[in-house]
Amino acid sequence: MTAENTNMTAATPPKRQINWASIAESYALVAALMVLFFIFAALLPTTFFTWPNVSTMLGSQAVLVFLTLALIIPLTSGDFDLSVAATLTISAMTVAVLNARLGMPLPVAIIAALGVGAIVGAVNAFFILFFRIPSLIVTLGIGTFLNGLTLWMSNSATIGGIDFALIMAVVGTRLFGIPLAFYYAIAMAAIIWYVFGYTAMGRRLLFVGRGREVARLSGIQVDKVRFFSLLSASVISSIAGVVYAGTIGAADPNSGNTFLLPAFAAAFLGATAITPGRFNPIGSVVAVYFIVIGITGLTMLGIQSFVQNLFYGGSLVLAVALSQLARKREEQQVG
Amino acid sequence: MSPEQAPSVDLKDGFPRRIPGEAPALLARNVSKIFGTTKVLDDVTLAVMPGEVHGLLGANGSGKSTFIKTIAGLHDPEPGAELILYGQGAPLPMPAGGARRLGISFVHQHLALMPSLTVLENMLLNDLAVEQNFNIRWGKAKKQVAETFERFDIKIDPMTRVQDLAQSDRALIAICRAFEEVRLNAGAGRGILILDEPTPFLPKSGVDQLFSLVRSVVADGASVILVAHDIDEIREITDRATILRDGKLAGTVVSEQASHEDFIELIVGEKVTMFQSARTPDHSKPIAASVRKLRASPAENVSFDIREGEILGLTGLIGSGFDRVPEAIFGAQKDSDGTLEIGGQSFALNAMSPGKAMGQGVAFLPADRLGRAGIGTLSIAENMILPVMGDFRNLLGIDWGKINTHVFDMGRKYDIRPNRPYQDLKSLSGGNAQKVLMAKWLQTLPKLLMLDEPTQGVDVGARQKLFQAIDEASRKGSAVLVASTDAEQLAQICHRVLVFAKGQIVTELTGADITKDNISQETLRAHGTQTEPKQEVA
Repeated sequence: MTAENTNMTAATPPKRQINWASIAESYALVAALMVLFFIFAALLPTTFFTWPNVSTMLGSQAVLVFLTLALIIPLTSGDFDLSVAATLTISAMTVAVLNARLGMPLPVAIIAALGVGAIVGAVNAFFILFFRIPSLIVTLGIGTFLNGLTLWMSNSATIGGIDFALIMAVVGTRLFGIPLAFYYAIAMAAIIWYVFGYTAMGRRLLFVGRGREVARLSGIQVDKVRFFSLLSASVISSIAGVVYAGTIGAADPNSGNTFLLPAFAAAFLGATAITPGRFNPIGSVVAVYFIVIGITGLTMLGIQSFVQNLFYGGSLVLAVALSQLARKREEQQVG
Repeated sequence: MSPEQAPSVDLKDGFPRRIPGEAPALLARNVSKIFGTTKVLDDVTLAVMPGEVHGLLGANGSGKSTFIKTIAGLHDPEPGAELILYGQGAPLPMPAGGARRLGISFVHQHLALMPSLTVLENMLLNDLAVEQNFNIRWGKAKKQVAETFERFDIKIDPMTRVQDLAQSDRALIAICRAFEEVRLNAGAGRGILILDEPTPFLPKSGVDQLFSLVRSVVADGASVILVAHDIDEIREITDRATILRDGKLAGTVVSEQASHEDFIELIVGEKVTMFQSARTPDHSKPIAASVRKLRASPAENVSFDIREGEILGLTGLIGSGFDRVPEAIFGAQKDSDGTLEIGGQSFALNAMSPGKAMGQGVAFLPADRLGRAGIGTLSIAENMILPVMGDFRNLLGIDWGKINTHVFDMGRKYDIRPNRPYQDLKSLSGGNAQKVLMAKWLQTLPKLLMLDEPTQGVDVGARQKLFQAIDEASRKGSAVLVASTDAEQLAQICHRVLVFAKGQIVTELTGADITKDNISQETLRAHGTQTEPKQEVA
């Protein structure tokens, strides 16, 4: 297949006009993040606005960045994955059990953890694609199943004593004063940004998400795309689990699950930024740190911890409402 | 309309009146609407007399939908607009639900029926939706609906589910329901029924049924506004027609006095040369593809050859199976059988897939433009580039600059307006979206290009552009398969037409035999249906 040659070279495509409203929309979240940051900096100059705090926020929340990035892949191809947080938890627990309790070398434990992720992804995909069950149901069930498995594996206890090398590799070592975990997360975001925007695979993912029938009739193997999308979501969740184990130096069977809602909030909030209306990795990173700054600042102001849930839940619904508004506005059709 | 009712034209205001001094059923004056900086309606006036069927025509984007939506209260007009019903002022902007209370009801193209519910439930839908009704008397309701159907000579069991009905029956139900609503709200012999493109999915017999229903509606004294694309249909059913162009009133004509060409000129604003193919296939060209014993219910045992450069039409009534053929060849549906020979190879159709078909140079453009053919929320460029993405790769991945240039060039070539590659597909008119999707496949230089209803809901000007593109592809050697119920379109472009009935090919039309009338007649004859239009209901 070749692109048809056209002999019309006289006119060139118009450069996309600078539309200030759409630029404002694309970077509104970035601006909001900065405003929020400086408000807390002004209110809490000695605690919030210090390098140790800023670098800790950047490093410790890399886990959430990974998990959000994991989510936006199936969201782009039109599937929900509610099992990402449970996959994170069981992966962290796998590292802890194999390495700390059974004494296996760290690399083996990590590879096993990623293997667990791959299996979870394959199982999700099997039930979704073979039995044609909505992804929401399958991943809700599988996620809960994994929680049970994690509790059983760990006897419902926190397992510490993971090889110190992992901690050093994740948060112990700093580059320009920021823990390495942050750079891992940024690298992951860059890879996804490239795949989404500049590879045929990324385009196929988007087409499958926006119109399965159109994608199918354009020769895309829709089930294959959805399979790999679900698989990569689970594997990236496992990476998030390994990073989480390295961040806290242990694995507990419950705390990982609390990442689910902030990850969804960040994914949808991120979809209102950079390329509004599309799940995108850069928007996701910005959204994660917007949420993190909000929570950290409020906590430091001495506001009680229930505010976390207010913030997470509120920002999820607001984010979706905002993106819905953006979509409505486009509907002005003439004719 | 019967001749004895012929109204006399009032010299003072130009309205044709049956009764001297009667006020128009609906008079909308000075209606304008601005979206952003575009004036989509510019001082439009429309007068519909009692008992009149009034056509409303215009190209896509001419403002007819906006006009209808303004009367429905979905858009607020600019200040200065007036709406007068039977000589009495009505509020504009129209409050929500106001139009209905004033006896104006609408039937839109999507009909607003619930497929999984019964006809009876659908007929009662509006009552059920707005009334606080605790004690529904189903027996009485059923009797009422049966009586209504009886009055309009509609033979549909109220207890069937809408999803089991043919499209034409669904349209009848939707119109019947809207008319009952009009009668209820306006009183007998009054009211306005607005039909917004109810016919494009209907076979000729369905259109006839629908028109006889329209005739009984106006015989009752109510008025009908019919928005449509098909000029012949407008000329057949309407008394007068108003044509909009670029948001302005292009003219109001007495339908039986205006020719087909007059209409086109008013719609497009200039004389249009109707595209006409030479109708002569080149028999020296090699066979591009052979279909053998294709089965895709209801199509059964369908075999034909298509030569390089040939434009082959497939037609028949809805349900005759002709429209399943491209789907089956493309591997778009699972339960099909038969073989396709193309490029010296033979393929079993039960193991065909879209990817495999594309690999053999087969392309398929489905009729459902934003459901199966393209994605409204993605840009023109993204939609167009999908099958040729591999050509735009450089070392760093996809080269968006190159894509933009290419899509822009294609936009110029196929006259896509506006030619802005990054604009969402859904923001384009039907005709322009179709140009984008046609370009999507034409750029692959397919050996076999299959089109399902390629100009459905496309205005007459854009149609000629699409026909030229199809013709050009055939000149370059593509074999083109066009599945359509639109006899006029088939007559314009095809070299050969296969007519289907009950899943089989029953007639083949070639050369000078390919005329609109022949195709319609053969289609009906093949089904053993009467060719005469249905008798009017008194």
